[in-house]
Amino acid sequence: MPIEIPKDKWPGNIRAITIGATSADGGTRAKAVTVGGGTTMPYLQFEAPTPNKPVIAIEIKSRKPEDWSPLLAEFWGEALADPAQWAKKAEETGADLIVLALTVEDGPDDAVKAVKSVLGATGLPLIVWGPGQAEKDNELLVPVSEATKGERLVLGICEDKNYRTIVATAMANGHLVQARAPMDVNLSKQLNILISDMGMPKDRIIMDPTTGALGYGIEYGYSVMERLRLAALQGDAMTQFPMLVTPGFEAWKTKEAKVGEGVPEAWGDWKARAIHWETLTAMSLVESGADIVVLRHPESVKRVKEAIEELMVAA
Amino acid sequence: MALSGIQIYKMLPQTNCKECGFPTCLAFAMKLAAKQVELGTCPYVSEESKKQLAESAAPPIRLITLKSNGTEVRAGNEVVLFRHEKTFFNKPGLFLRVKASDPGIAKKVATADTYKVNYVGMDLTIDGYAIEADGDLPAAVKAVREVTKRPLILVGGDASLLDSSLSLLAGEGTLIYAADSSNCEALADVAKKHKASLVVKAETLEALSDLTQKVQAQGVEDMVLDLGGKNLGEWLKLSTQARRLALKNFRPLGYPTIFFAAQNGTDKEAVYAAQAIAKYAGFVVIDTFAPEMIYPLLVLRENIYTDPQKPIQVQPGVYEINSPKPESPVLVTTNFSITYFAVANEVEGSGLPAWLVVTDAEGMSVLTAWAAGKFDAERIAKAIKGFDVASKVSKKRLVLPGHVAVLSGEVEEELPDWEVRVGPREAVDLPAFMKQALN
Repeated sequence: MPIEIPKDKWPGNIRAITIGATSADGGTRAKAVTVGGGTTMPYLQFEAPTPNKPVIAIEIKSRKPEDWSPLLAEFWGEALADPAQWAKKAEETGADLIVLALTVEDGPDDAVKAVKSVLGATGLPLIVWGPGQAEKDNELLVPVSEATKGERLVLGICEDKNYRTIVATAMANGHLVQARAPMDVNLSKQLNILISDMGMPKDRIIMDPTTGALGYGIEYGYSVMERLRLAALQGDAMTQFPMLVTPGFEAWKTKEAKVGEGVPEAWGDWKARAIHWETLTAMSLVESGADIVVLRHPESVKRVKEAIEELMVAA
Repeated sequence: MALSGIQIYKMLPQTNCKECGFPTCLAFAMKLAAKQVELGTCPYVSEESKKQLAESAAPPIRLITLKSNGTEVRAGNEVVLFRHEKTFFNKPGLFLRVKASDPGIAKKVATADTYKVNYVGMDLTIDGYAIEADGDLPAAVKAVREVTKRPLILVGGDASLLDSSLSLLAGEGTLIYAADSSNCEALADVAKKHKASLVVKAETLEALSDLTQKVQAQGVEDMVLDLGGKNLGEWLKLSTQARRLALKNFRPLGYPTIFFAAQNGTDKEAVYAAQAIAKYAGFVVIDTFAPEMIYPLLVLRENIYTDPQKPIQVQPGVYEINSPKPESPVLVTTNFSITYFAVANEVEGSGLPAWLVVTDAEGMSVLTAWAAGKFDAERIAKAIKGFDVASKVSKKRLVLPGHVAVLSGEVEEELPDWEVRVGPREAVDLPAFMKQALN
């Protein structure tokens, strides 16, 4: 019997946003990355094509992280102590983007140096995170922003506490911002409004709706992302930004990924479990509309990339 | 499609007799539409209206129950496309596939059957087994039944083989896989004879709809759909389309679905199963028994199928983190699961021992609970006294969340022999605080 497949027609769409500037655009990147642009819920290509596939960012740090799992150190090895080498290895591992996280131990000069060394080591577009303390973020991100004018970096993390300084410097130097709000549709929207009200062009905002890890609140993140996507498609201009999420960061702080001994036998093999934890956290968020997925382990990168390829094939 | 109150009203006697307990038939109709009363409460409703109303009240996706003498697994009865719209109700059953030709089949099932993992106080397990008829199916069924009481799926298209195997499972609700256009008549007969549920399989939704109608005409009501779907993108498309159609009351596709996660190799199994759990599968079949994969899948399933209107709460009490000693500090927080996880995770990760007192704040986060009067000095003191925390510690040192610094004076009054400290506002800053401020 012939069936009429119900199709949604949406008045709104997600903005397509480009990260990184090539020499033609006044930067030094070998290539730029464009995310977003969707006009349906994720991958429903019988309604409309998905114009840009979600991308994988690999997270690296400006200094050797002391608290990272030995399972991560096993792969990254000596690169952990050298952001340039680490970035290069991340590019070879399949990253579309690099996230460079600065630390509280960095001074402004260290930060600029680390960012420049990463820009020199790889042609990928770059996202730079402050250490996550409002004042320290401002202290490090402003000089980084000035020293990399025109590169179209993404500066984060831009929260309600410190968005003014970061937005101002991003506007002045041609960068983007990562607008982070804690797992709530309205808080995300409100922050986007505040940032836009400062005069930030709308094609330079990436939303970070934040997420829990698998087993640690992922259901909230999953639903918040679906609701943000639905709002955007319904035409709410202040939710129409691509979404960046950090399943690597979230998964690797759970006990399931972090701890190898003294855990229930039913948790199974440590390494395989840790990778499943990161991969399944990421996959859930890919299904609910993530555009940039920030990961840490190479095997997770491989699996999530393969999954995205399959989702992108128009069936 | 569910009827509105007015539509239902038109089918009622409209006498306003009040015998149903409502002042008017319209008021009763409104309650019926909201599914808050039973139609049977009206003594005068006509048989014809009853039939129509029952049809409209049937769920858009049929509830399928697989059962054995031990447990049962339900799929279907779903009413929304996105979990935040209401909730997802029946968690997809997770079945492990085993082969009849495998001489170690009983041992394999026995091992998997004892698998149990605790997640926030719940014991999670595998739901049942799918037996592949690549050998002596009846013998395999017998062997498996000796080691497990969980429901079964029989995978094989040979009607007489299925018939003899199902005879061994009398009184159970088994699922047969699968009827296609070549064998659907024979399999429908077998399903009907043994009151089994039947998977129906076709390449397109159109062909599938034709087949379910054909099978239904043969008298089988309990069906499960295999939508095909050779990769993630295709399954997502078909699954979404079938769900949408079913929710629009398109009856030929109003059944739960089954998905085989290892169809493109066991290295993709976890990711395939994860998508199936999030995107509407009713039964998920895996080929690999690996605790390190099954545990995250079971947790994902719990997460996706929690009621979004009711946050997961943690049992109030005293939680021991990193084997605390009497001199370890006492941290206080609320019983909202995310708050608990955030705090417990940070402290656990730091390796520093602490007693974590989780107060009953009705499942709210620290700030929300404080604003709602569910997390105040009185409640904190009640928890400290109620759980007899004083008997566990030598140093009575209490750390309040930074967001409720304002409570510290009152807590000191309520708990005069305790030293009350104000901790950081965010859980992520706890390890640093504990290292620097609590030595």
